[in-house]
Amino acid sequence: MIASETVQERVQIPLAAESLSPERIAYLEGLVTQARTAAAVFTQFTQEDVDRIVKPMVLAGLEHALDLARLAVEETKLGVMEDKALKNMVATEFAYDYVKDKRTVGIIREFPERNLVEIAEPIGVVFSIIPITNPTSTVLFKCIMAIKTRNAFIFSPHPRAGRCCSEAVRIMYEAALKHGAPEGVFTCLESQNLQESAYLMRHKDVSLIDATGGQGAVKAAYSSGKPALGVGPGNTPVYLEKTADLNMAVVDIIVSKTFDNGTICASEQTLVIDDEIYDLVLKKFAELGAHICNEKETELLARTVIDPNTGFMQPLAVGQKATDIARFVGLSVEPNTKLLIAPIQGVGREHPLSVEKLFPLLSVYRAKSVGEALKVCVDVNHAGGLGHTAVIFSHDDEVIRKFSEVINAGRIIVNSPGSIGALGAVYNDLVPTFSFGCGTGGGNTTTDNVNVYHYLNIKRVARRTQAHMWFRVPNQIYFNMNAVENVHQFPSRSTIIVTNPSMEQFGHVDLVRRYIPEGTHVHVTIIPDAEPEIKVVMQGVEALNFYKADQIIAIGGGSVIDAAKIMKLKYESPEADLEELAAPFLDLRKRVVQYPTDKINRARLIAISTTSGTGSEVTPFAVLFDKERGRKVTLADYSLSPDVAIVDPQFVMSMPKGLTADTGIDCLTHALEAAVSNYASPYTNANAMQAIRMAFKYLPIAYEHPHDEEARCMMHNAACIAAMAFSNASVGVNHALAHAFGARFGVAHGRANALMLPHVIVYNAAVPAKFMPSPYTQGYIAHKKYAAVADLLGLGGNTVEEKVANLVTAIEQLLDRLGFPRSIAELGISKEEFERAMPDLTKFAFEDPSGRSNPRMSLVSELAELFWKAYQGRGLAKVAGASQQQTA
Amino acid sequence: MAVIAVWIKIDEERVVQGLQEAGKKLDSAEGEVVVDFSSVGRIDPSAIRALEGFADAADDKGVKVALRGVNVDVYKVLKLVKLGSRFSIVA
Repeated sequence: MIASETVQERVQIPLAAESLSPERIAYLEGLVTQARTAAAVFTQFTQEDVDRIVKPMVLAGLEHALDLARLAVEETKLGVMEDKALKNMVATEFAYDYVKDKRTVGIIREFPERNLVEIAEPIGVVFSIIPITNPTSTVLFKCIMAIKTRNAFIFSPHPRAGRCCSEAVRIMYEAALKHGAPEGVFTCLESQNLQESAYLMRHKDVSLIDATGGQGAVKAAYSSGKPALGVGPGNTPVYLEKTADLNMAVVDIIVSKTFDNGTICASEQTLVIDDEIYDLVLKKFAELGAHICNEKETELLARTVIDPNTGFMQPLAVGQKATDIARFVGLSVEPNTKLLIAPIQGVGREHPLSVEKLFPLLSVYRAKSVGEALKVCVDVNHAGGLGHTAVIFSHDDEVIRKFSEVINAGRIIVNSPGSIGALGAVYNDLVPTFSFGCGTGGGNTTTDNVNVYHYLNIKRVARRTQAHMWFRVPNQIYFNMNAVENVHQFPSRSTIIVTNPSMEQFGHVDLVRRYIPEGTHVHVTIIPDAEPEIKVVMQGVEALNFYKADQIIAIGGGSVIDAAKIMKLKYESPEADLEELAAPFLDLRKRVVQYPTDKINRARLIAISTTSGTGSEVTPFAVLFDKERGRKVTLADYSLSPDVAIVDPQFVMSMPKGLTADTGIDCLTHALEAAVSNYASPYTNANAMQAIRMAFKYLPIAYEHPHDEEARCMMHNAACIAAMAFSNASVGVNHALAHAFGARFGVAHGRANALMLPHVIVYNAAVPAKFMPSPYTQGYIAHKKYAAVADLLGLGGNTVEEKVANLVTAIEQLLDRLGFPRSIAELGISKEEFERAMPDLTKFAFEDPSGRSNPRMSLVSELAELFWKAYQGRGLAKVAGASQQQTA
Repeated sequence: MAVIAVWIKIDEERVVQGLQEAGKKLDSAEGEVVVDFSSVGRIDPSAIRALEGFADAADDKGVKVALRGVNVDVYKVLKLVKLGSRFSIVA
């Protein structure tokens, strides 16, 4: 028997170092300086350099495995020499097998598909606390880790393991030095002194504390304020379930619990056995050399090997043989007894033997059911074993799964011995270790088996990646005069025409019906000429269901086509929650809410636009009016895009002047915003620029000469082309402002856009107060893009600034020519009313998804400023000058 | 009074000896010593100790020491052992 003070892990290590003499401080400073220098020099080593050093160290460790084991047993008076020799071999050979091909220097991993590279950076000086239970094996293992990761280690052995640890360090150090390791890479304190440990734990040049041991050492490590790998005690439950291979299980548990006299903290502590097999299992244990304690013996053990004050195991029993423990407490057992088995009736302080016992004493519990067995295992787990290790013997996958779910352990060992199983690489494919991470349950930062990667700072080199972009539009777009004839191409059993009253009056519905193939059942659903409300949409869905429609033809402006898109969505996927689908998102590909893909109905959507502005016939957007909240809700998804778009100018020939201007400016705004959008691509640029050129040329003509067929046709095409651009590049802050303002004051969308447009161009062309993060753009180019637009329009100017100014002037002249009000004040909105609305206006504008693609991030204060600029207006532009420029 | 700069080239195989020899020349350097490390690819703990000693001696004699041609790996070692600030590092 050993003295009771042998195991001191439970003792709190003081964090002050008041009692250190100047000589001791100088000694410790010298150690740290030496280690710091070695660590610094080590940074110059290559992977080949360190690998060249590691192998001979491993061979040296293997060569001295038995000598070191003997020394450890002699000094610590714990454990079994043969088992310790085996541990020393696992600590070297198995550790080496795992690390030998691992890259730990320079680039250690590459992920080309993610443009990511990981580079190893050594930690520096590591202060490593070595436990009494596994002293030499832990030192051997950590020396290999140190060299492999280019760190310098200062070892602090347990006071009763100083000599064997020093010898282990010496053997590894000499082997390392001989093969090129930096001088001073390992040092070992003569023995663990609490004040010295505290001093080193707090030393500024110690980068990491690696505390393997008891609660006290781990707590001190974590309390030091330094990064720490503190891995401490456990309390391993083991469940022996009735489907298990009992012969194997009994032998495995004996192997594990008697290995090095139970000093590995992952060894089994309380065995929970199913009722049906309980007697048989105990009989098998007895046959193989276990002593099954009776009630009196169990009580005696509980009183002697567990400290009644603390509830923890008595240090004097740690690592002792079963027969020695029996003799000490006064039990009569056979001389060949390997293991003491003590039946217990529960877990907790009133059942002292349910705690961790690092000696060959195993508690057993008879469980009446799987449910009870799992609960008792959870109790053991929570009685000091959180995060550590648990063991199950079973062939029932469902029981194993349930056990693994309810137990909080970094290692759940199945059908193999807990202690050797947890060490890794012997019975399973766990990473080999001598430090078990116990997660937050054990006050640790990891549940891993600690190995090389825990001793490295891993740097991630993340190269810029450009996410894939897209250009998605309906695959059938028919345009120019009489394009409507193409409706005949689309066979249908039952078609619903969605339109509004004026379309019917203009004869547009009859025109379309003429081209619908014969035999098609056609029903017309008339909806109000306004942004759709949910009630209107649901009435349409009712009609679609009633007529079992397989085709929808939307004839109208943006509101009608948007309504038809949402009707189609709800008809095909009735479960679609419109409110949820309108949830905000930053990136289409990462949005939280996905549009439904399961469809119970299918209907083709043909969109025939009767205005030249929204481009809804090709866009993936639909605006719904939320009457309750008085705001517009935008739905956006490519599944909303119509299947077929018909861009036939005969439907717009009768558009009134005001509508021509409103929708035309909407088209121009789409194109301008798409051109400078952060999502702009060469594909959208081509469309945006073409649409801008066409709108500038043909909008005034279509406005002033409504019957000019060419102008109408070109404006109709321009609206569709602009929509193709913004369907893929999105719009910007102009639309965000217009949406908020239009909804609040009931101003037509195009008109609201027109009020904002000159101010937004000036705003976007200036150096942003805040740049919008965008992986798609390289540098800030909005002003240059506006200048390119000015060049395209032949507006003149020598510098970017001049060109932008000319573009703004040209737009103002266009607005004047189209008869737009040039300020919000002109609409009769009082300053007070506008001021009252400002908080809502800025909030809704900021939240509007349109703003996310704007080239500069719009601050709320800037949105307010833009609103006020639009309120005040810029005055009339010089129309004459514009004419000259356009002529030029 | 003219400043006499002493230029000492260090050989990678003899860093410690080179620095010891440089130390002897500190007396004759009135103001500045330039130590050329351009041939040194790596340094070891003994070289670091020699550099520390050299820096101490230079401080005592009031001589400024410039290290020239220090590669980035060696420079990082000097930073880690906090020697970087004791010399001026020149290209």
